[in-house]
Amino acid sequence: MIKTTYRTAVHDAMRDALRDDPRVVLMGEDVGRYGGTYAASKGLLAEFGPQRVRDTPLSELGFVGIGIGAALNGLRPIVEVMTVNFSLLALDQIVNTAAALRHMSGGQFSVPLVVRMATGAGRQLAAQHSHSLEPWYAHIPGIKVVAPATVEDAYGMLGPALADPDPVVIFEHVQLYNTSTDIETLGPTDISRAAVRRSGADITIVAYGGSLWKALDAANELSLAGIDCEVVDLRVLRPLDEETVLESVRKTHRLVVIDEAWRSGSLAAEVTARVVEDAFYDLDAPIARVCSAEVPMPYAKHLEQAALPQTAKIVAAVQGLFGDRQ
Amino acid sequence: MTDTKLAHELLSDMVRVRRMEEKCAELYSAAKIRGFLHLYVGEEAVAAGSLRALADDDAVVATYREHAHALLRGIPMTSIMAEMFGKQEGCSRGRGGSMHLFDVAKRFYGGNAIVAGGLPLAVGIALADAMLERKRVTACYFGDGAVAEGAFHESLNIAALWNLPVLFCCENNLYAMGTALERAQSQTDLTVKAASYRVPTMAVDGMDVEACHTAAQRGVHHVRDTGGPFFIEFRTYRFRAHSMFDPELYRDKREVERWRERDPIQSFTDQCLRDGTLSETDVREIEDSAAAEIEAAVAFAEAGTWEDVADLERDVLTPASIDMSEPTREPAR
Repeated sequence: MIKTTYRTAVHDAMRDALRDDPRVVLMGEDVGRYGGTYAASKGLLAEFGPQRVRDTPLSELGFVGIGIGAALNGLRPIVEVMTVNFSLLALDQIVNTAAALRHMSGGQFSVPLVVRMATGAGRQLAAQHSHSLEPWYAHIPGIKVVAPATVEDAYGMLGPALADPDPVVIFEHVQLYNTSTDIETLGPTDISRAAVRRSGADITIVAYGGSLWKALDAANELSLAGIDCEVVDLRVLRPLDEETVLESVRKTHRLVVIDEAWRSGSLAAEVTARVVEDAFYDLDAPIARVCSAEVPMPYAKHLEQAALPQTAKIVAAVQGLFGDRQ
Repeated sequence: MTDTKLAHELLSDMVRVRRMEEKCAELYSAAKIRGFLHLYVGEEAVAAGSLRALADDDAVVATYREHAHALLRGIPMTSIMAEMFGKQEGCSRGRGGSMHLFDVAKRFYGGNAIVAGGLPLAVGIALADAMLERKRVTACYFGDGAVAEGAFHESLNIAALWNLPVLFCCENNLYAMGTALERAQSQTDLTVKAASYRVPTMAVDGMDVEACHTAAQRGVHHVRDTGGPFFIEFRTYRFRAHSMFDPELYRDKREVERWRERDPIQSFTDQCLRDGTLSETDVREIEDSAAAEIEAAVAFAEAGTWEDVADLERDVLTPASIDMSEPTREPAR
């Protein structure tokens, strides 16, 4: 067993991909000499050279589009965008080209592109570096969206994403890079399925990305209070693995959904809607959601923390659905 | 012009495009073609002259005003017309329409309706060719309007910085939809902008098909030779409205008339007849052949079929049956 960080897992996944497939190239701002904003690509330039590990100018629209073109013509690019907020500069290429090309060409062109980006708050980076815009991406047909929450998935999602013929966007939560797990071996993740991270009988908590760990902490706390939580890591945000969620809800009959994005139009909204559509009569209580407050992320630590889903809020939301047991 | 074969090809290319588009306008009025329809009438010398300079395995990235480029790259007129009708026999199965003509076999990467959207794509296609050591050129067409977009600047900079084989073909027709160049650009000589990224440039009379051809040959030669980019500004003019919805309130009819006097088809025909490169019979045959091709294309489109609505959600993601796992070639280190 080796103690492995999420950062190392991302790094090793890229290193192995570059090593295993000569078509793989890594492009992005400061991925080379700097070693990656979150140090995830440290050493890759030295190992693979400047042809395959490419520092780009600060041109998100340009280099994401270049990644699309390169993917169309035989390469397997990994494009790193520094944060989800900056990815908005590239949204045109992602939505209007990467996601649409296969469809508007009548199925002639696939875009085997991987875009990785950091997401989420917690580092006091304020309103232009801290948002969780995963639901926007999950709204778009033609791309796949994944959010590795564990060290295993941080490693295991990249290979299948590169092997996927369609664009895959990977969201890495900034608070996870320093987290670590004891790992025996790392291998590929099934990027079509959600994962049940904790089995329980009384209630289902659905979370993804950085919020997964808060959900698991809440589940531990609640178990002391006699509430047995099942925690589902949504993991694949598009296409949603609704079967795993529905199966869990049919067993527990209660649901709380956690989402670091703003509540309006969130993934939590989508999960809620699907459960209402397909498992309404299995529910014993209303569905609750714990999402971020609807403000641009503030800088001050106490305000930032207040804006985010927290373990205590999750505990409270779960307890609120068990009025009779309190 | 002394090269009869080339003269015949260039005139034929322009006539086929012109007559096809005139038919499209008619079919639009007859409600056979819907959506946006952007005609290239007046600009034919640019596509005809430049595309003839490319090799078969070069790539083309075009705009939403791309009927000419699609046709002259070898997409059959039948499947272009069927696409405009929205039929599944169309070159994009009816999913694209006039603005999104595609053909993977011809390395024709569309039909892009986001102004400047094709530029990063072209640079990426060229990056793959460079890394996989394929000596191919990617010709990227865009209008003067694209020059105002960030994507233009980001793409030219990176193409030059990384020395990538892109032939940037700027079709400057003086209007970004209804906005005149001088109302949108502080610097109206567009070659200066490209040159600021250290991309070699030239400007050419876009109404002169021979000049367009010579310029493109020079550009293609440079790109293939150096592996780096080249920029050509084709100075041309759109005779018709921006799209079928455009009342043309932004330009003077006399200005259009003045440009029409320089009609690239008429002037090239006159020149070829005058110097004896082509005969009246040649010209008539070109017209007759285009007319027959159009008639067949319209018949093909009419006879085309509507895709089953049950297939609505196909081609959003790639079916699992398509295997893309095999590496192609070792890239350069």
